[in-house]
Amino acid sequence: MKDFVFIFRQPSYDYSNSSAEEMAAINKKWNDWIGGIAAQGKFKNHGARLEVAGKVLKPGGVVTDGPFVEIRERLGGFIVVTADSLEEATTLAHGCPALDADGSVEIRPIFA
Amino acid sequence: MKQDHLKHLFQQEFSKMVAVISKRFGLQHIEIAEDIVSETFLLATETWKTKGIPVNPEAWLYTVAKQKTLSYFRRNKIFEDKVIPEINRKQEQQDNTDEFSFSQQNIKDSQLQMLFAICTPAIASEAQIGLALRILCGFGIDEIAEAFLSNKETINKRLFRAKEKLRTEQIQLAFPAEREITKRLDNVLHIIYLLFSEGYYSKTQNQILRKDLCIEALRLGVMLTEYDKTNLPKTNALIALMCFHSSRFDARQSGEGELILYEQQDEDIWNKELISQGIHFLNLSAIGEELSTYHLEARIAYCHCIKEDTAEKWEEILQLYNQLLMINYSPAAALNRTFALYKANGAEVALPEAEKLKLEDNHFYFVLLGELNKNVDKSKAIACFERAKALAKTPAEQQLMQLKIDQLLIRS
Repeated sequence: MKDFVFIFRQPSYDYSNSSAEEMAAINKKWNDWIGGIAAQGKFKNHGARLEVAGKVLKPGGVVTDGPFVEIRERLGGFIVVTADSLEEATTLAHGCPALDADGSVEIRPIFA
Repeated sequence: MKQDHLKHLFQQEFSKMVAVISKRFGLQHIEIAEDIVSETFLLATETWKTKGIPVNPEAWLYTVAKQKTLSYFRRNKIFEDKVIPEINRKQEQQDNTDEFSFSQQNIKDSQLQMLFAICTPAIASEAQIGLALRILCGFGIDEIAEAFLSNKETINKRLFRAKEKLRTEQIQLAFPAEREITKRLDNVLHIIYLLFSEGYYSKTQNQILRKDLCIEALRLGVMLTEYDKTNLPKTNALIALMCFHSSRFDARQSGEGELILYEQQDEDIWNKELISQGIHFLNLSAIGEELSTYHLEARIAYCHCIKEDTAEKWEEILQLYNQLLMINYSPAAALNRTFALYKANGAEVALPEAEKLKLEDNHFYFVLLGELNKNVDKSKAIACFERAKALAKTPAEQQLMQLKIDQLLIRS
């Protein structure tokens, strides 16, 4: 067994106008998906969910409020899972709600 | 006083008296304490047979046990050589004026300290449960053997090794230091949880024994609430959990010892008082920051106390299981989570998720797969129930599987 990080990237999306029901539906999707990984005994820990706002420091001391990267690839957060191989970890990543939102999951082994 | 009343009295007093004697003379003499208490009971049985039961049988027992203890330690010179120096040392340290007494307070303190002593990390958890059953709950060796589906010899050996550990590790009958308590409390709560599970899910058919186990676990839990340092939200959550489960104890077993599935249980025989006790403790647990597995399990158990089958209920159960699994994976929680997923999101969502679990040697895994396939693929469902039946460990479970197979066959 080896540890892998799932890094979630999603296009920027302004959730401030979403209704409580919409937010609850999104939360449920994520919880059910992670719950499914945990039910296989493969969930290791929550990395961190990142807040939307922040700063970017660039060469020459330039500080901006963003965009952090290309608009399609805002880092949303990450979790740590365990799997036998990179292939198995990739299979686990299927069904991730970030994909429904036109985002992606990056699967990266952690150095043991 | 009838025979079983006496048995009950002895069982209750055993743990109190052993705790108090061990507290006074040191945990290394725990076996002597056990012997003295057993001798006291023997004498009581003989004396009371001819002279009748005294007005205050407990006081009688305490007086006799005290005399026996003092004379034992004097006779064997242990008193002068070892105990007195030890006591002197203790008195210097904490001015321990509390004599060798069976006062209510001293009994309570001694029992709680015994609970912490037994739950020392030095002893394996299986032996801890055995020791807790013997020393704290006053169960006989044969009863413990029955609860573990084991034999007396194995249990005796296990207890002997555990007591030896108490000696060699020089475990003291005292409260752990302030900063140690939280860590040790986790272990104590875990042992109480295992004790309860042993009773609730035990494979033994002896219903009275199983219920006794659950009641004892509850009693130990409540004992912890009487002290500020151990009366934490998670302690209350554990008690709530045990109350909710216990409320269904009678309802889930038919007169013939068959298991009755949740859906078919008669909610009128759910114990309402235990449910409201559970709610009381659940409310007490809902303070502070910590969300323990006991909190989550207690809330799940509470949801199951609402018989009405609503989408909201199953959604809540599903989310609680999602959280529980993220903190603490267990095959049972994974299976229950998938069942909740089926109830909340439907069979077509739950079936592929169930197939990922791959708990091929688990009886309940095939029960679940059978249920999920029931309306999708009948022959597959029957095959699953057949596998479940082959893996089932008790006749009651096998019968239940056959019933499910028969029902599917009739339905064609």
